[in-house]
Amino acid sequence: MNDHKITKTYEQINEKIARGEAVVVTAEEIIGIAKEHGIVEAASQVDVVTTGTFAPMCSSGAFINIGQSKPLVRTSKTWFNNVPAYSGIAAVDCYLGATQPCDDDPLNKRHPGEFNYGGGHVIQDLVAGKTVEIRAESYGTDCYPNRRIEKTMTLKELPNAMLVNPRNAYQNYNCAVNRSDRIKYTYMGTLKPGMGNANYSTSGALSPLFNDPYLKTIGLGTRIFLGGAQGYVTWTGTQHKSAVDRGLNGVPLGPAGTLSVIGDLKQMSPDWLVGQSIRGYGCSLSVGLGIPIPILNEEILKYTAVSDEEIFTQIVDYGYDYPEGVSRSYGQVSYAELKSGTIMVKGQQISTHPLSSMVKARKIAELLKSAIRRSKFLLGQPQHLFVQQ
Amino acid sequence: MYAKIVILKFPPEVAQKALVCQLVKKYDLLFNILSAKISSRKEGVMVMEISSTSRAGFKKGIAFLKEQGVRVSSPEHQIFKDEEICTHCGACTAVCPTQALYIQRPGMEVLFDKEKCSVCEMCIVTCPTRAMGLFTKKTNALV
Repeated sequence: MNDHKITKTYEQINEKIARGEAVVVTAEEIIGIAKEHGIVEAASQVDVVTTGTFAPMCSSGAFINIGQSKPLVRTSKTWFNNVPAYSGIAAVDCYLGATQPCDDDPLNKRHPGEFNYGGGHVIQDLVAGKTVEIRAESYGTDCYPNRRIEKTMTLKELPNAMLVNPRNAYQNYNCAVNRSDRIKYTYMGTLKPGMGNANYSTSGALSPLFNDPYLKTIGLGTRIFLGGAQGYVTWTGTQHKSAVDRGLNGVPLGPAGTLSVIGDLKQMSPDWLVGQSIRGYGCSLSVGLGIPIPILNEEILKYTAVSDEEIFTQIVDYGYDYPEGVSRSYGQVSYAELKSGTIMVKGQQISTHPLSSMVKARKIAELLKSAIRRSKFLLGQPQHLFVQQ
Repeated sequence: MYAKIVILKFPPEVAQKALVCQLVKKYDLLFNILSAKISSRKEGVMVMEISSTSRAGFKKGIAFLKEQGVRVSSPEHQIFKDEEICTHCGACTAVCPTQALYIQRPGMEVLFDKEKCSVCEMCIVTCPTRAMGLFTKKTNALV
């Protein structure tokens, strides 16, 4: 499709944003605009469509430099509020993972565990400006003789801290049910036996990668809303898959694309990075993430105009199939059905429950829209696209 | 419709009597049993929601239970939702047995209807951000 009726470049759109003239709407608002005016007319009017999602994104964490001590130290073990961070890097760098529980957590010894405090909670406490207890150990060397340090610091006092999430913004995810006869405590929430409930976790029509299903505008260097600040897409995320079953609109019918992202933790906010305690499963971090989609042509606009009725996912059994690694779908449902509150699975009516906040996702898309309209947020032109042509 | 959640304690001498069914038969009340147990000492404890078309009808039913030797109290604790902490994710709605926690469509906000809450405390341990808590209210006379 090279013969587009409308073509715009990143430079042209950024110039309009800088002049405060860019037309920006959210991925929910564009649906009605495209229906009313048609995709070509809508693409000529609208410059940017904003998206948003807010949900637990377990593959998240932060690289933190805790600063040197006297005598010098090369930390080999580091704890933040008793939550261990990976320290196999030099010298006082470490990586604090969102799902790492604190060292004295009873875990699932008394099932289901509560997982009250972990890496995600430390990250939230840091961005909230709270003081964090740091403890580190080392084996000692000639150049770094110190073997043990203890100190309390705030995020402001830490020399560097960056949020580096290897897998965020999953493009679609399973709808979870439990076909066993026992209650199951999963990362998809609590699942009652005999398909007592169905849990799902995406923001549907607002979700970033549903609005650019082939990642035609999202690549290395795409500027995004991340944790309340401006961040960047660095690569595809772990478990990223592009060769998947898709609907006629290009939207994957099950879990597919993912993104790895980066941003300065010091500029982020506890409203958009929230520690999670998932009963019986573990700790995590809910991440607020939004991506602006530049309307380069009417084809891109058509992708952004996708509605909940046209986005589908698979119903997966977390009672037996998922833990055993059995790949099986108990049916396909649209996000419009999931958001309605009930679905039918194998003749049984089941209540549906989200794990992803639509209230917060909408707020992200609105914040991003207003920042772009006020020339506070310029588009980052990708330096590399992940699309395989 | 007047509805209230009550805790009924049946001493061993009345635990064997058919009393709760009389609420329907004699007093035209509806009940929904939320929890029922009989201890090793043969004492019964039942938590139920009783609803009536009028407050007066409800009172008559409660007075009848008391006459029969049933000890009636209301839940001492109440659940609250901290609106500052809630992210409106919806995880609690999957475990709430009385739909006191529910999703308002199409906005998808998570709302809490205290009147429907049976104080089962499932939401407290399920809420991933720990927005749900328990507080003790002053025990007020039921009737």
